[in-house]
Amino acid sequence: MVEEKGPEQATKGKNAEQMAKEHKEISISEFFEKNRHLLGYDNPTRALITVVKEFIDNSLDACEEAMILPRIWLEVKPTTSERFRIMVKDNGPGMMDKRIPQTLGKLLVGSKFYKLVQSRGQQGLGTKGAVMYAQLTTGKPTTIISSTGDGKTSFYELMIDVKKNEPKTISHQYIEDGKQWHGLKIEVEIEGRYVESKSGVASFIQQVAIANPFAEIIFDGPDGRMEFKRGVMEMPPLPKEIKPHPYGVELGVFRRMIQGTSSRTVKSFFTNDFSRVGGISSEEICKLAGIDPKISPKSLDMDNSEKLFKAMKAVKLLRPPTDCLSPLKENLLLSGLRKEIKAEFFSSVTRSPAVYRGNPFQIEVGIAYGGELPPEGTVDIIRLSNRVPLMYQAGDCAITKAIAGTDWKKYGFGQSGKSLPTGPGVIMVHFVSTWVPYTSESKQAVASYDVIIKEIKLALQEAGRRMQKYVSGKRRYELHQQKKKIFERYIPEVAESLEKLTKSNQEVIKAQLQKMAKEVTEVKSFESELEGQDIEETE
Amino acid sequence: MSQSLRDRTSKKLNEFGKEIVSQIENGQKPSMKIPVRSLSNIKWDENIKLLTLGDKKSKRHFFNVGHARKFMQTLLISSFCKDIVDENIHASIRDMYYNLKHSIGDSKENTFEEQSESDPLIVDIETALETLREQLHLLADRKGVVVGNVKVMDRGDLIDWSKLGSGGWSIPSVVEDITFEDVDADFVLVIEKNAGFERLHEDKFWRKYNCILMGTGGQAARGTRRLIKRLSEEHKLPVYVLTDSDSYGWYIYSVIKSGSMALAHASDQLGTPSAKFIGLTISDIKDYKLEKSVIRANERDLKRAKELLEYPWFNYKEWKQEIKLMLDKKIKAEIEALSSRGLKFLTDTYLPEKLDKKEFLP
Repeated sequence: MVEEKGPEQATKGKNAEQMAKEHKEISISEFFEKNRHLLGYDNPTRALITVVKEFIDNSLDACEEAMILPRIWLEVKPTTSERFRIMVKDNGPGMMDKRIPQTLGKLLVGSKFYKLVQSRGQQGLGTKGAVMYAQLTTGKPTTIISSTGDGKTSFYELMIDVKKNEPKTISHQYIEDGKQWHGLKIEVEIEGRYVESKSGVASFIQQVAIANPFAEIIFDGPDGRMEFKRGVMEMPPLPKEIKPHPYGVELGVFRRMIQGTSSRTVKSFFTNDFSRVGGISSEEICKLAGIDPKISPKSLDMDNSEKLFKAMKAVKLLRPPTDCLSPLKENLLLSGLRKEIKAEFFSSVTRSPAVYRGNPFQIEVGIAYGGELPPEGTVDIIRLSNRVPLMYQAGDCAITKAIAGTDWKKYGFGQSGKSLPTGPGVIMVHFVSTWVPYTSESKQAVASYDVIIKEIKLALQEAGRRMQKYVSGKRRYELHQQKKKIFERYIPEVAESLEKLTKSNQEVIKAQLQKMAKEVTEVKSFESELEGQDIEETE
Repeated sequence: MSQSLRDRTSKKLNEFGKEIVSQIENGQKPSMKIPVRSLSNIKWDENIKLLTLGDKKSKRHFFNVGHARKFMQTLLISSFCKDIVDENIHASIRDMYYNLKHSIGDSKENTFEEQSESDPLIVDIETALETLREQLHLLADRKGVVVGNVKVMDRGDLIDWSKLGSGGWSIPSVVEDITFEDVDADFVLVIEKNAGFERLHEDKFWRKYNCILMGTGGQAARGTRRLIKRLSEEHKLPVYVLTDSDSYGWYIYSVIKSGSMALAHASDQLGTPSAKFIGLTISDIKDYKLEKSVIRANERDLKRAKELLEYPWFNYKEWKQEIKLMLDKKIKAEIEALSSRGLKFLTDTYLPEKLDKKEFLP
């Protein structure tokens, strides 16, 4: 996480004391400025897509929280050869006038640190990063227009005071214009480059549309306008917030929790601020650490907090609750794929929740097969984490590894060794969690914990089995059709020869043979052919 | 071919078709019975000393994707044969292939893609109908020449085998209709090599020893084999065969004598069990001092020789001895090796000595 190890990374090679002196007043904003490569702003192409991604994430999150079916308008237009204006407008709940500067102008103000909830943004850096990047590359402020539906509209031009990590309001108007609307419009101008590719903006937006089939998105890009319609009119239920589970907390976070807690004793700190820790467990932790459960958490020194940290990892606890997750579920997965991908067969699987290191997570898989998908080449892979497409670092990602590590040949794709499958297909994997273990701050690859890989593989296998049924049913059907053709082709030759041999009427023979051919090759229906036997699964 | 034989063949083809038509009329999925011609159904009949076909039959079904094409092709060939038999004309198997080859309907598929598709089906029909290719009016490739004091009648022409110059009479592919008018010979000498035939013909060997000299030019064609058979049966002439001293030469001899695996169904028409082997043997190499003219046997020769050892029709102690000798010494020799002892050694010494001593292998 940024604020923990960031400064160390920024000044590798210096010792902590030196660093403290030199960067006494280092702000997170300064940190960003120096480390933008870690946050998805390492080159102009990537920066453009990151800004788009942050805005879209923000809009979708806001709409979902208010349970509003999202309608998002995205504009990406060049202003000069190297600059782009990016505008996102949503129909979300909007933001209260007073809160706009703080929410959008100060890094890491996010409320998501001490509570855990499945959300798109995870580290509270999203939109602010874009504001910062715009300011760094073009010097222009970010424009925000918002209303909460009360007949008043806020107009802001914002920048960030990098030294103080404070928002700087360039202009502000709050007008009672009587317009009844709610939502937020945010606009920045940045240095960037627009490239159409598999990891480009259009492809990203399409994947967003697949992952959020309840959202309507209009993308007005440099090359024209694309509309992504809704596939469903229902949204998945809001994910529930949960308190952290002791197994999933890191030392830095633990210490900040100690500092921020309102509990009076160490014992109640554990029972109040964590999930799955009751009175007995709490005392057990204290006992193991050799710390009096009745003392105030504020009085804990570094040494003692570490002892408690180790103890809480050692004590046996129930797994964290998993009802806090909100997967798309099989219907929404299918709806997203169906509306955006022209395939002939779709299957989807949602696994039951599982836990990695104290964090609940859930895997979903969707597969599209055949139809207009290109028959040659590697299948398209869509990686999603909490409904956000991951566009980069595919090679490092647990999802890619699990796909390559699955035997696709028996399901109907081609595959050489442990490489990605080939054939007319799209494989989508959705990682749902209260805390996604990214491999780096740019949040583009899911870390490869064994249990995560295993869960992904199980989901892939199940979806694969369904696909296999379809593929083999289709092959049987095609074989039947081929057979029928063969017989029909040969019948006239046979009939004519028989007439020559016997003087029987060839038309009569032909008619009789054609009748038989029909009986022999009759297939009740394609669907009935699909009811083939399942294949054995080897784990 | 006589009218009655033609009628019989035509009737067989007609009945073959009728059987299938009646299946169809009765609502049965049509099939045809074809005798199995794989090794498993080829038998060695010790009594008549011939290779024969067993009783095993397989069914070829039209409504079986694996059989349909062959089923259709078999009927095409059958109807073609019926046509030419009824019209009393003949066709080569290549003629037939081209005549029947056409694209099916509006597809790109041809009735036959290669002649190798139609050739084996002819044998299927021969065996299924218990007839012969010759009776179906299909001509196999002709090969083989003959000279001797014989007069035959062929399509109304009287042919004197002793008055055909250096070329001799070219044996037709169908010899059924040939009648022997005058046969003056004591035996038939069959020689595998064209060069050997030329040598003996030039030296007038057949005049001196009063025999019929026949050259096969490698494996004997059906017409040649049938001619040997007829001379042996109808004129009680002994048949002696001269081949290279190697596994391939010896197999040529065994086909003339005992029939072949590919045409096991026709052995009784084509095989001459009384034929005897005059040479060359491996023992000849030492006996006639040909050591300097031998050729080293290669792996294929040796493998083939080992196969011969397994065949029941080589199950004679004399043959086993020769074959083992070849395997031991890993050598072989051509008829032409005798020329190392002089160009006329074959004519003047080798054959006279062998005939004189009656040194034949069974």
